[in-house]
Amino acid sequence: MGDYLLLIVSAILVSNIILARYLGNCPFLGVSQKMDTAVGMGMAVIFVVTLAGMITWVVQYAILNPLGLEYLRTIAFILVIASLVQLVEMFLQKSIPGLYRALGIFLPLITTNCAVLGIAIINIQEEFDFMQTVVFSFASAVGFTLAMVLLASLRERFPTARIPSPFAGMPIAMITVGLLALAFLGFSGLVD
Amino acid sequence: MSVVKEFTKGFWEQLPPFRLVLGLCPTLAVTTAAENGMGMGLATTFVLVFSNLIVSILRKIIPGKVRIASYIVVIASFVVIVELLMQAYFYPLYKILGIFIPLIVVNCIILGRAEAFASKNPIIHSLADGLGIGLGFTISLTVLGGIREILGNGTIFGASVMWETYEPLSFIVKAPGAFVCLGLLLGLMNIISRKRPAH
Repeated sequence: MGDYLLLIVSAILVSNIILARYLGNCPFLGVSQKMDTAVGMGMAVIFVVTLAGMITWVVQYAILNPLGLEYLRTIAFILVIASLVQLVEMFLQKSIPGLYRALGIFLPLITTNCAVLGIAIINIQEEFDFMQTVVFSFASAVGFTLAMVLLASLRERFPTARIPSPFAGMPIAMITVGLLALAFLGFSGLVD
Repeated sequence: MSVVKEFTKGFWEQLPPFRLVLGLCPTLAVTTAAENGMGMGLATTFVLVFSNLIVSILRKIIPGKVRIASYIVVIASFVVIVELLMQAYFYPLYKILGIFIPLIVVNCIILGRAEAFASKNPIIHSLADGLGIGLGFTISLTVLGGIREILGNGTIFGASVMWETYEPLSFIVKAPGAFVCLGLLLGLMNIISRKRPAH
């Protein structure tokens, strides 16, 4: 149990997927302008990343390894993720329309979110077992959501701040993320 | 639009990742040193040129509905080739870039060029576009890597350039420094492009 707790703390705070591992920056900067879209995207990412982590783990150990096709990992994983996103979209539309309406527009964007593929590859590289894969994928996605919600709440204040005009928009957002990352650097050393 | 124009637009007008704010993850992650930035840029250029070539050749054959999936398969194949080549011939760099080599697949620049350019233009133009954008990306990463290496480590391409008592700002080569440096560079680019008259 303690091991899992350590894994969770390190995935959310110490090696935060965005602020320390540099994954998933495009959607992170793209949809963090408003709080409600940030939360929606975060939920969609938690859902897809956890599912993708489990499925790619099974693909790696049940298909690629026994057949000696490890070098096809990149192609296999991206295809699994792309079709998974499509399936999840169709399933939600039919069965849980409420959730579909909430996550709708964010789902197609997730295919090109490098955090999904990145976490799937980290799971294999770190040689996690199945339970660790589930916990790590989930916790990393929670870390993504946390960073995104924090940034969205900061960016909502931009309109009232006096930002030098060449820095308006993306540049100031980047610098804000930098300061956020600096704050998160304080967690390093919590887990080694 | 001439072939030359397609080639040169990647160096200023559509210079990634500054003018075309795409492909941020590798930009931030690997630019801890000029050499790493350059390696990543060249690997991306290789994939970009060949994926543009294949997508352009197949542009009349691939049905519209499955085009994105087809592009991803084409891109992923070249990424696997790059991965194997780097593992064989550039092992130290392969170790440093690590997870970001397979992640070239989801670099939005490559899919973006396939969808926005190569799927609509002839082969020669697509090659020029891929090479221009790719080299622009390489230059950007090398410059960003160079700045971070000089400030954060006091060296450039591994050679010492700062005075002896220079205390390296280790903050710059860590994650927060990556974001702050890129933000400042983006702001600087905005200032420069405002001073330049638009054609």
